[in-house]
Amino acid sequence: MKRVQIIRKFQNNTFSCLCVLAVLFGISILSSIFYALILKGFPALSWNFFTVDTPPPEYVGGGLRNAIVGSFIITVIAVAVATPVGIFAATYLSEYVRGKKIASTIRFVNDVWLSAPSIIVGLFVYTVFVHPMGNYSAIAGAISLAMIACPIITRSTEDMLNLVPNELREAAIALGLPKWRVIVHIAWKASKQGILTGILLAIARISGETAPLLFTSLNNQFWSTSLVQPIANLPVTIYQFAMSPYGNWQELAWGGALLITVIVLFLNILTRYFTKPRGNRS
Amino acid sequence: MGDLVFSNLTKAFSWLAFLLLICVLLSLIVASAPALHAFGFHFLLSDSWDPVNGDFGALSAISGTLMTSVIAMFIGVPLSVGIAVFISEISQGKISKTVRTLIDLMAGIPSIIYGMWGLLVLAPFLSNYVQPQISDAVENIPILEDLFGGPPLGIGIFTAGLILAIMIIPYISSTLIDMFRSVPPVLKEAAYGIGATRFEVVRKVIFPYVRKGMIGSLMLGLGRALGETMAVTFVIGNSKQLTSSLFMPGTTISASIANEFNEATGRLYPASLLELGVILFVLSCLILGFARLFLLRINKKSEGAKI
Repeated sequence: MKRVQIIRKFQNNTFSCLCVLAVLFGISILSSIFYALILKGFPALSWNFFTVDTPPPEYVGGGLRNAIVGSFIITVIAVAVATPVGIFAATYLSEYVRGKKIASTIRFVNDVWLSAPSIIVGLFVYTVFVHPMGNYSAIAGAISLAMIACPIITRSTEDMLNLVPNELREAAIALGLPKWRVIVHIAWKASKQGILTGILLAIARISGETAPLLFTSLNNQFWSTSLVQPIANLPVTIYQFAMSPYGNWQELAWGGALLITVIVLFLNILTRYFTKPRGNRS
Repeated sequence: MGDLVFSNLTKAFSWLAFLLLICVLLSLIVASAPALHAFGFHFLLSDSWDPVNGDFGALSAISGTLMTSVIAMFIGVPLSVGIAVFISEISQGKISKTVRTLIDLMAGIPSIIYGMWGLLVLAPFLSNYVQPQISDAVENIPILEDLFGGPPLGIGIFTAGLILAIMIIPYISSTLIDMFRSVPPVLKEAAYGIGATRFEVVRKVIFPYVRKGMIGSLMLGLGRALGETMAVTFVIGNSKQLTSSLFMPGTTISASIANEFNEATGRLYPASLLELGVILFVLSCLILGFARLFLLRINKKSEGAKI
């Protein structure tokens, strides 16, 4: 009897220790990443970093201006395309077919898209868009990013629309409003915060996406804002620079990595701030 | 009138997800037709990858994908379970919240950052402090010697698996935490009440209660690991040689595509890469689909319990 209890106690303590070790492992990885990013990325951030274009190898003084602006352009277009599509899709699921079988089927497909390999999106846009057009272009990159952003916006908008109390809709219908105005003026308005959260999450996700841009917007060493030409962008530039053997390129890559991480984490914290008052949504 | 336009508009956009799934599959299959014609079923079984003579096979990429994913699951799953148990069962209040926030931050870091960190921080660390020790330790042990032999390069299949493990930890543990919290407290309290230890409660009350959901969340992690591209591309070394050692460079489906597609010329080369893409897409959609089915079921269960 005594022995059994010792064994049980031992098992329990070992298990708890292992759990704590797992947490320590995770935290040490996270700190190692942040440490490396700050240690190597911070020195690269200078005035030049934001105001000068990407330099040739082994060239003193250069920045990522074209990449930062390029990323900004394709992200804005991607979000501008994905937001209406995502909101409308979510509206259909929540306002027209809620609870029906078709809603769960579409939601299922949407959820698969949420974690589908992003490189496949790049291949797809290449085959149907870049290849027929004959050249890589900023707009192709924006389309592939929009395909990744859309399911995220759909998902969070639908979740939010489902939380809008039906009494609000009923009251509006009783006043004689047509259904579409009920949706626009009542349901959308009531879930404004949630929709905004979804958009921010989508931006956070696509601002670091590299794989879908490799075959769509490619990269550009020079300043270009043309939508039908290859455009410089942060993730692909970081990829090329980090893989290169040149010191100045690697330094810029760390700087760019720090910039992206700060942006992404800032967006994540912002979404937390938005969702907090509504309870424990994860 | 407005209603009709509006409802059809929303309908069209929501069907887009479905439509795109089919479009992606069809367009990739059509684009990879030359390779499908030239190699047929043999494509899956051949390990040759010879752009000069136009002979391609998917075996090394597929095996690399599976090997890295298996390593990722081996390392990542126990760690995720540990972290989830810590957050939902062991710690309370502020500590639990802080750890959860940190783990969520890990999920937010873009994969290219993991890749860079893997190449420039983790790989040198592994090649200096970890791999030589492991290689020495398993010398002369029959199977392990092959698995962990070879020069300590730092990059390779093992490193890629490790990075993937780190990347799937936040996804798996955060779904696990939600599920652990869905266990009715009464069940746990009853077990504690008859003197069960925490380990026993976790193993005999919580795990059985959320088993299906756990399978779902592990598969979700696996689906992510299969398709992850950039982090792997950084550290895998892109070698089409099949090797028995985990410390040697290899390749995965996604890394092959990322590395070679832009340089692929001719008809067969890009088509073969596209066929690899089809394989990856089908594989990960199947796994993600099953994962969602398992998760859907547990969601229904917990909703039922609430009512």
